[in-house]
Amino acid sequence: MACMLEAPLRISVLSEVTATSRHYVDRLFDPDPQKVLQGVIDMKNAVIGNNKQKANLIVLGAVPRLLYLLQQPSSSLELRTECAVVLGSLAMGTENNIKSLVDCHIIPALLQGLLCQDLCFIEACLRCLRTVFISPVTPVQLLYPDPTVIPHLMSLLSRSQRTQEYITQIFSHCCKTPEHQTILYNHGAIQNIAPLLNSPSYKVQMQALKCFSVLAYENAQVSMTLVNVLVDGELLSQVFVRMMQRDRPIEMQLTAAKCLTYMCRAGAIRTDDTCIVLKTLPCLVRMCSKERLLEERVEGAETLAYLMEPDVELQRIASVTDHLVAMLADYFKYPSSVSAIADIKRLDHDLKHAHELRQAAFKLYASLGANDEDVRKKITETENMMDRIVSGLSESSIKVRLAAVRCLHSLSRSVQQLRTSFHDHAVWKPLMKLLQNAPDEVLVMASSTLCNLLLEFSPSKEPILESGVIELLCSLTQSDSPALRVNGIWALMNMAFQADQKVKVEIVRALGTEQLFRLLSDPDANVLMKTLGLLRNLLSTRPHIDQIMSSHGKQIMQAVTLILEGEHSIEVKEQTLCILANIADGNTAKELIMTNDDMLQKIKSYMGHSNVKLQLAATFCVSNLIWNEEDGSQERQDKLREMGFVDILHKLTQASDPSLCDRAKTAMQQYLA
Amino acid sequence: MQWRERKGMLQAQEDKNRRLYLCQCVTEHRGSLRLEAGHGKNHKDAASVRAAHPIPAACGIYYFEVKIVSKGRDGYMGIGLSAQGVNMNRLPGWDKHSYGYHGDDGHSFCSSGTGQPYGPTFTTGDVIGCCVNLINNTCFYTKNGHSLGVAFTDLPPNLYPTVGLQTPGEIVDANFGQHPFVFDIEDYMSEWRAKIHSMIARFPVGERLGEWQAVLHNMVSSYLVHHGYCATAMAFARTTETIIQEEQSSIKNRQRIQKLVLAGRLGEAIDATQELYPGLLERNPNLLFMLKCRQFVEMVNGTDSEVRCFGTRSPKSQNSYPSSPSLSPRHGATNPHLHTTDSPTCSNGVTSKNKSNSKYPGVSSASSSSSSSPSSVNYSESNSTDSTKSQAHSGTSNQETSDSEMEIEAEHYTNGLADASSARIVNGTYKHEEILQTDGHGLGNGLAEDGSTSRQLCGGNLAATERMIQFGRELQALNEQLCRDYGKNPTHKKMLQDAFSLLAYADPWNCPVGQQLDPTQRESICSALNSAILESQNLPKQPPLMLALAQANECVQLMARVRAGSCSFARIDSFLH
Repeated sequence: MACMLEAPLRISVLSEVTATSRHYVDRLFDPDPQKVLQGVIDMKNAVIGNNKQKANLIVLGAVPRLLYLLQQPSSSLELRTECAVVLGSLAMGTENNIKSLVDCHIIPALLQGLLCQDLCFIEACLRCLRTVFISPVTPVQLLYPDPTVIPHLMSLLSRSQRTQEYITQIFSHCCKTPEHQTILYNHGAIQNIAPLLNSPSYKVQMQALKCFSVLAYENAQVSMTLVNVLVDGELLSQVFVRMMQRDRPIEMQLTAAKCLTYMCRAGAIRTDDTCIVLKTLPCLVRMCSKERLLEERVEGAETLAYLMEPDVELQRIASVTDHLVAMLADYFKYPSSVSAIADIKRLDHDLKHAHELRQAAFKLYASLGANDEDVRKKITETENMMDRIVSGLSESSIKVRLAAVRCLHSLSRSVQQLRTSFHDHAVWKPLMKLLQNAPDEVLVMASSTLCNLLLEFSPSKEPILESGVIELLCSLTQSDSPALRVNGIWALMNMAFQADQKVKVEIVRALGTEQLFRLLSDPDANVLMKTLGLLRNLLSTRPHIDQIMSSHGKQIMQAVTLILEGEHSIEVKEQTLCILANIADGNTAKELIMTNDDMLQKIKSYMGHSNVKLQLAATFCVSNLIWNEEDGSQERQDKLREMGFVDILHKLTQASDPSLCDRAKTAMQQYLA
Repeated sequence: MQWRERKGMLQAQEDKNRRLYLCQCVTEHRGSLRLEAGHGKNHKDAASVRAAHPIPAACGIYYFEVKIVSKGRDGYMGIGLSAQGVNMNRLPGWDKHSYGYHGDDGHSFCSSGTGQPYGPTFTTGDVIGCCVNLINNTCFYTKNGHSLGVAFTDLPPNLYPTVGLQTPGEIVDANFGQHPFVFDIEDYMSEWRAKIHSMIARFPVGERLGEWQAVLHNMVSSYLVHHGYCATAMAFARTTETIIQEEQSSIKNRQRIQKLVLAGRLGEAIDATQELYPGLLERNPNLLFMLKCRQFVEMVNGTDSEVRCFGTRSPKSQNSYPSSPSLSPRHGATNPHLHTTDSPTCSNGVTSKNKSNSKYPGVSSASSSSSSSPSSVNYSESNSTDSTKSQAHSGTSNQETSDSEMEIEAEHYTNGLADASSARIVNGTYKHEEILQTDGHGLGNGLAEDGSTSRQLCGGNLAATERMIQFGRELQALNEQLCRDYGKNPTHKKMLQDAFSLLAYADPWNCPVGQQLDPTQRESICSALNSAILESQNLPKQPPLMLALAQANECVQLMARVRAGSCSFARIDSFLH
């Protein structure tokens, strides 16, 4: 009963609201301009803080009318200003409101309005534009189609503190790509915004600072310019350092640290500069402390990870600063058991940030442990660290999984960790699971980690092999992404190193000769190198060489010929000659070379190559061919002597390179014996 | 804010049982204190050196740095803190009430022989800093300018900076602030300053928010009333709907008198006070004496009406003091109010228990601390209504002046001078004595010489000068009278000496005691008079705002006494602007 009664009541309330809303809209069409103005003002007062009212007015079509009034030259300035204010108020509502406003082409209308001379009107338009542009639903490129807009906005920067605040805020939200950075840079953004850093208004200072952080991000051109900018006779980097002082608001410290971080990463500031080592790094470490808000801790950790990624010295310093490694362990304690009991709001807040916190911590651990063995040890010794990584690998959030696998990858560079904690915690299991169907970026990291886990001294190698990883790696070699192909073939190469015959056969079978030869003509030099490495590892120990060559000898010889004839780097050719040397070591496989005069000529010419490494590899190959204790060595020696190898060997015994000299002498001894 | 260790303050503990062969030489090396280890072999050969004084709690944050010049054989070095009486034959951290960070393993030792993993190891070339935060009683170390994070918590008070060495060849230099620190300690302190500041600024008033507002209104209103800003006070009362206790006419009267004092027209001010508040000055002979002294100074200045009437100048031209309504007591360092508000029991500008008015040393004798106690006793007597009768009697005798008394007075005066310690003042007063005896004759000469300068004694008028001399005699007689009735008063003597000394100089405005002539000197006497009037009307002699300020000041000092480290960052000044 109650329900039935309540329903009509609700409708009536709704219709009442709609009716009053309609009244507001109707008044916009009044022929008397004075009444229209009053209507707009009333509407302004009605919508403040009332999302429902805002939605109603939008549904009832107030926006196009307001825009019409705003653009109409006959409208009074006061009316146009009030219209802009109401539109700004509507934009403050939900994301749907913003969408509707953008669909009504509010942006070009407001940008057009900026050409007016009246400051109040300009400020109202800018405020509305600001609100629209900072919303995630607004496409930022809407700022850029008209080439006159940016220069005009730059010129408005001098009008008032409000214009400064709104315009810099628009810039910092609409600068998302290198192209945007270039456009703003070319229109003098740096010169125009730099003085605002010393503005008396905190809001203006902050927005200007944010602008610089987005402008400098991964942009060498902007960053290089920034280091030389003076603000009131003070270098910009010093202004940023001043803004990082500990008594400044946290937001300001953090954003200034970001600016310096980006400038440093873009190569404009050296990593050993005191403003990085003694100011930016400690500031970012402070941002990770428990006293900071969760958002600040996430941002601080991510920025710090980015700052020290390429520099081992910064990683070492950070690892001992303010117990950072232990501090990060706290990032995994959300939502805490306390927050669940304390109050629902807190729990909700913690839950929302829990993923972000975890992924930030993993990223920072990954950066910290990227190069230094001691730091890696310290990280793995942190409470439950390996367990956290293992569970992070199977989290629902892709961001966390990616960060966890990055962290694992960093740690997997440690021989000691591979032998101990990695094996103890069977990290290969979740890693394998992760490889099954993950997005490419996760796959790259995971497969790269797998490469390290497949190193011959890694105790995880055996169980991984047994889990049927070969098929998976072979499929990676067919990927479109060069990084994945490299990782796939690299992992196979590591796997084949000193492996059983069974494994090698399995690799060749699973990969298929066709794929193997396709990889040998891969455009990516790295892929080619690793494929050759795989071949070389496959062709080791005599029985394996003979077996593989007996089944695939023809194709392999073809491929080798192709590479030796092609345009390749020294390293590739050296690797190829090494393969040839391995083949020459086989019992039956030798004949494949000995019967191929063309190949012998090639080896001969490489013995006279200007590069010592190639000479060495070629000599090694010859030495294997003429080795005494094997069957038929006499015939081979005779044949090669006929072809003039002895003369070359003789010459090489005089070579300046000692190892080449030794190698040639060893080969010559085969003849003498 | 840091406590800076000076040369020689660091000393080896003289302990008879110490192995002297490991004597750690403390020398000075380029301004740093250098420590070198002798020939130790094992942990029994360790020895520590600590500072001569403990870290004072009131400094808030304490910091020192130690540079490892050489790690010696094994680099067994400990840097930290220890309490008085801790065994100095061991590295800091191993014993009770001893805390250390050791270079060989990077562990921290918290009163224990086994360390906890703390930071990196340190060795030759490293600079290790130790920071004690006395606000939360924690300690952290720094290495080469990087904070290593908290090492110890819940530290006891009165710890001494301590450095211990063990193996041969270990050399360290200690820096207690003689040289710039590697770590940016200023930045760290600024964070705590901001923290404490915001903690105070955001102190919750809870449910009493409305009440709070009313209290604040009353404080502002009473302050305005106190200083006689009548129109402002009325406007404020109207808008905030507060009630002013004092009648408007009374405020205006006080305002008038204050204006006169601040304009240097003391004679008129005294007359007006006697007319509007009869009996007030009679009950406060000390105040009357102060006023008269000031009147004499103003006569020298040429601003007082008794001498001005002889001159041709317009009264305004001599009045360099900004006239009402912009006249206001100055705040900050120059304001005598602030300095005297340390103790709420004292009246404005009259006595000061703790701090002397440093801006004008020895000039405004009323607030000089060294001689204040008798005057403060006197003053508090005069505060009580019981003593009014006896004082009224003496008050009436003020008026009579006789030549014979003057003679005796002069004698008495010179006698009194014999025990004055300062030679300058003795000289000055002897001269002044002569001047008085020559009866203005010498003054005439002085004036002739000084004719070219714009500022002249008593405005350059001879009749005025005579009147001034006459007044001086009356003043001396008054002092004599007060001496007889209440006993000697060094404060009065000093005041009188200073005032009369002005006559000893050709150009009183540019002489060692010339600062008395500065119009800002009128402020203290003005507020004293104002307080006395208010008190006679049964109104508070001090505005509640000033009382609150004084109390806050007192609290901060109390915090320092009870070793609350945060007091050093709770600066009242920073909230006044």
